[in-house]
Amino acid sequence: MTRKISVTVNGTKHELEVEPRLLLVHMIREVLNMTGTHIGCDTSSCGACTILLDGKSIKSCTVLAVQADGHSLTTIEGLAPEGGPLHPLQDGFKENHGLHCGFCTPGMIMRCVELLEHNNNPTEEEIRWGISGNLCRCTGYNNIVKAVQWAGAKMRGEETPSTEPEFV
Amino acid sequence: MIAQSFNYESPATLAEAIALLNEHGDEAKVLSGGHSLIPMMKLRFATPSYLIDINRIPGLSEIVEDVDGTIHIGALVRESQLEHSELLGRHFPIFKDVTKLIADPQVRNMGTLGGNLAHGDAANDHPAVMIALRASVIITGADGERSVPIDDFFYGFYMTAIQQGEILTEIRLPVPPKGTGNAYHKLERKVGDYATSGVAVQITLDESGVVTAAGIGLTNVNPVPLRAVRSEEALIGKPLSDETIELAARFASEDCSPSTDLRGSEEYKRHVTGVLVKRMIKKAAERAQS
Repeated sequence: MTRKISVTVNGTKHELEVEPRLLLVHMIREVLNMTGTHIGCDTSSCGACTILLDGKSIKSCTVLAVQADGHSLTTIEGLAPEGGPLHPLQDGFKENHGLHCGFCTPGMIMRCVELLEHNNNPTEEEIRWGISGNLCRCTGYNNIVKAVQWAGAKMRGEETPSTEPEFV
Repeated sequence: MIAQSFNYESPATLAEAIALLNEHGDEAKVLSGGHSLIPMMKLRFATPSYLIDINRIPGLSEIVEDVDGTIHIGALVRESQLEHSELLGRHFPIFKDVTKLIADPQVRNMGTLGGNLAHGDAANDHPAVMIALRASVIITGADGERSVPIDDFFYGFYMTAIQQGEILTEIRLPVPPKGTGNAYHKLERKVGDYATSGVAVQITLDESGVVTAAGIGLTNVNPVPLRAVRSEEALIGKPLSDETIELAARFASEDCSPSTDLRGSEEYKRHVTGVLVKRMIKKAAERAQS
């Protein structure tokens, strides 16, 4: 038995007819064909499927599409206009080598959008706690932390830290 | 993983939700934050024919203090709301302790206090906190609401006082008197793990430093969330001292009933429980005096 829902994704309203058991992440990837949101563990552990639901970061593998009826979603595709300037976090990950294989990156970035919205000058500890629900199996956490701090500086309108690699 | 097919209902009122629950009996499950239920449905451990989503019912997402000194927490209040509530922070710093240790930020944006309790899992963290704070749980059915003291709420594994056709709608906490402190900590192997052991403590000290009230709840070291009764009694009516704290810790490690599993042996969990009881009593006492 299907159900009609209305969801706004990255500013565009979609009227869809979905099965209640359809997961939000499957709606995004397979119904709307937006594959920027990844499926990692499918058990709400890894955070690869993180998107924003009404501005709050959630794991879309553990939410049903019908729960999003009447709500507004933002995915990685919605962060920057096509061909336009990147979001500071996207820029930060690019400038600081915040990704190795890139699989966790959309989830990391969407989580950090909310993190920086609450606090645009987080300490390393606050960032590490903030991304505690996101796993990077390349273990690239050091540069992810740097990328988030870099993005914070950019959002505060300050000079961004050097992205020269440190040799220790 | 895809759940078995089900019908989805999203009632706009509590009365409608209760009517649906009565209509569909044990074929229906209530959906709150969904972060315990949906994983179980994906694994097909839970296969409800009807899912009653209560998220569109207004009035269940507030935290308010009434004139009688009781705090009312709506069943749909999210973990992240508990974490950042200024009102709760004033009386109950324990909520900052516990929410930080529950799952991760994204899960806390969805998970609710009501769902955490209604799930009836002794591995969840809020039951022990509610025991320490002496909460009451409000359960609403077709005949109105009833209040159940937290000590009478947990029946067994995944079983609570909530009966068919009823919904957990609110949690009530008595605002503690001056000189009260509370604290929670759990040992976890990694972020988002269930507790190897967890301990919640609330104590009240009078001006001379004598303990006048104590609540101690234990997480995941017993088939149901456990009140450490002998530990509480060891503290009440005496000044807090190394001896009384030591005794309370020993009683807790003796009175719990953990099972050996991948998080550790029974002996190890008893030991950890004792250590955490000591630390949390000291932390709660520090907060009571500041």
